[in-house]
Amino acid sequence: MSVNDIQNAIIDEFSIFDNWMDRYQQLIEYGKELLPIDERKRTEQYLIQGCQSKVWLDAELRDGKIYFTADSDAIITKGIVALLIKVLSGRTPDEILNAELYFIDKIGLKENLSPTRSNGLLAMVKQMRMYALAFKTKLEQAG
Amino acid sequence: MVSRRNKEQQKTNSISDYRSDFPILTREVYGQPLVYFDNGATTQKPRCVLETIQRFYNEINANIHRGVHKLSDESTLEYENAREVVRGFLNARKSSEIIFTSGATASLNLVAFSFGEVFVSQGDEVLVTEMEHHSNIVPWQLLCERKGAKLKVLPFDENGELILDELPKLLTPKTRIVAVTHVSNTLGTVNPIAEIVRIAHSQNVPVLVDGAQGVKHGIVDVQQLDVDFYAFSGHKIYGPTGIGVLYGKEEWLDRMVPWQSGGDMIATVTFAKTTFNELPFKFEAGTANYIGAVGLVTALTYYSRIGIEAATSYEGELLQYAIERLSEIDGLTIYGNAREKAAIISFLLKDIHPYDTGMVLDKMGIAVRTGNHCTQPVIDHFGIDGTVRASLAFYNTFEEIDRLYDALVKIKAMFG
Repeated sequence: MSVNDIQNAIIDEFSIFDNWMDRYQQLIEYGKELLPIDERKRTEQYLIQGCQSKVWLDAELRDGKIYFTADSDAIITKGIVALLIKVLSGRTPDEILNAELYFIDKIGLKENLSPTRSNGLLAMVKQMRMYALAFKTKLEQAG
Repeated sequence: MVSRRNKEQQKTNSISDYRSDFPILTREVYGQPLVYFDNGATTQKPRCVLETIQRFYNEINANIHRGVHKLSDESTLEYENAREVVRGFLNARKSSEIIFTSGATASLNLVAFSFGEVFVSQGDEVLVTEMEHHSNIVPWQLLCERKGAKLKVLPFDENGELILDELPKLLTPKTRIVAVTHVSNTLGTVNPIAEIVRIAHSQNVPVLVDGAQGVKHGIVDVQQLDVDFYAFSGHKIYGPTGIGVLYGKEEWLDRMVPWQSGGDMIATVTFAKTTFNELPFKFEAGTANYIGAVGLVTALTYYSRIGIEAATSYEGELLQYAIERLSEIDGLTIYGNAREKAAIISFLLKDIHPYDTGMVLDKMGIAVRTGNHCTQPVIDHFGIDGTVRASLAFYNTFEEIDRLYDALVKIKAMFG
């Protein structure tokens, strides 16, 4: 499945909810299901500091694909973190760099990924792309 | 519950009737009537303030203190009249003791710099409290770094009350100033300013009061309190943003050096030497926010007409009701239980992250603030990451508190 296939699947999944409360409830479920990041990685080194909530992010490269693990101290933020991982983890650096993330907007959670909300999510997406760029450079040098 | 609310409402109906003076309070968010509980961050503006600002731009606008023409005269008169109204509002001795700034933060920075330059040297001490807003910590920290002085801190107890017994011990012959908030923006604590001033003055130490939250809580009489400096912002007392006030006793202001420099604050300028204008102009460089000042005094006049004590007392009833109702929710913790408390409630709902609570409240049409409220030491004191803060104003109602209660019960179930 491509990045967009997964985004579309998420949009489909959320489209059955006709009110925001159910959508948020679903997000909370996603947040609860996301495996917490290794306690040793809940440190400053992996922290993306938002003013309102914290996000921790780590990435590793396996067989040319990037696998993200992440966590947040706020559950709704964590739910969105889980969705972002679902869409972008296990992808090649190019897939990540070329991904256009439209699903957040389409499922009515736009305000969560806005620069006016200092919750660490926008910075997290940036950081995911930075990892992709760094790993891409590494792969090219190795190749 | 309903009967109790109705009874209390009848008693104080006249105050919340003024709600209709605030056009923004009729708007909806996400299809629901707005409940605005973020008054600690900024208050809404009554129609008369909005009309004053528009009238000024439409009919009078001209730069002050410079013109040779009619409009400039009128503009200057209105601005200086505004200073006189603020003087009366604070009961300062002289209008030259009233300096217009851009807000409380600017007022605090002004004193930290202009007072600090003259009166604080290496080895001296500045005393702040553990419950200060960052705006009343960081300017002093910077001053101490600049001068090699030491910042000392008066702690508060588990209820959020300053431990006054510690104050005499923390005051030393090296203490140059005490900087303390009138009302804590996070805990709501109303500090005993007169008492603090009495203790500090007995050691000849002047006291600066951050009145950002305090100025709308009861009548502030700077002579009666005998404070040396009092700072506040217009926008937290129903006035416009970008205008604030610093009251300072003349005996201090006269001896302080200018902070910012430019037009209006000078007497003569040559390339050899500049001499400075007299008070208050010495501290008002550049074009003043004269329209802000006029908007501010419209707000102060409006607030005085409602009755500051009546408004404060109504807010106290709202606070009491909110505490009662919120305490009915199992697992809800309120931070800050001072005996004297302004209508500010910081709380956490079980272990739900404040940002989660705040976001869902927003979706339900209820505006609160979440996080550390620019008071990280307060948050650290309780060993938490932040709180949800509901800060009330006289235009809030008992029904709105019921809506907060209902919303929190739903949120608790949602995250449970």
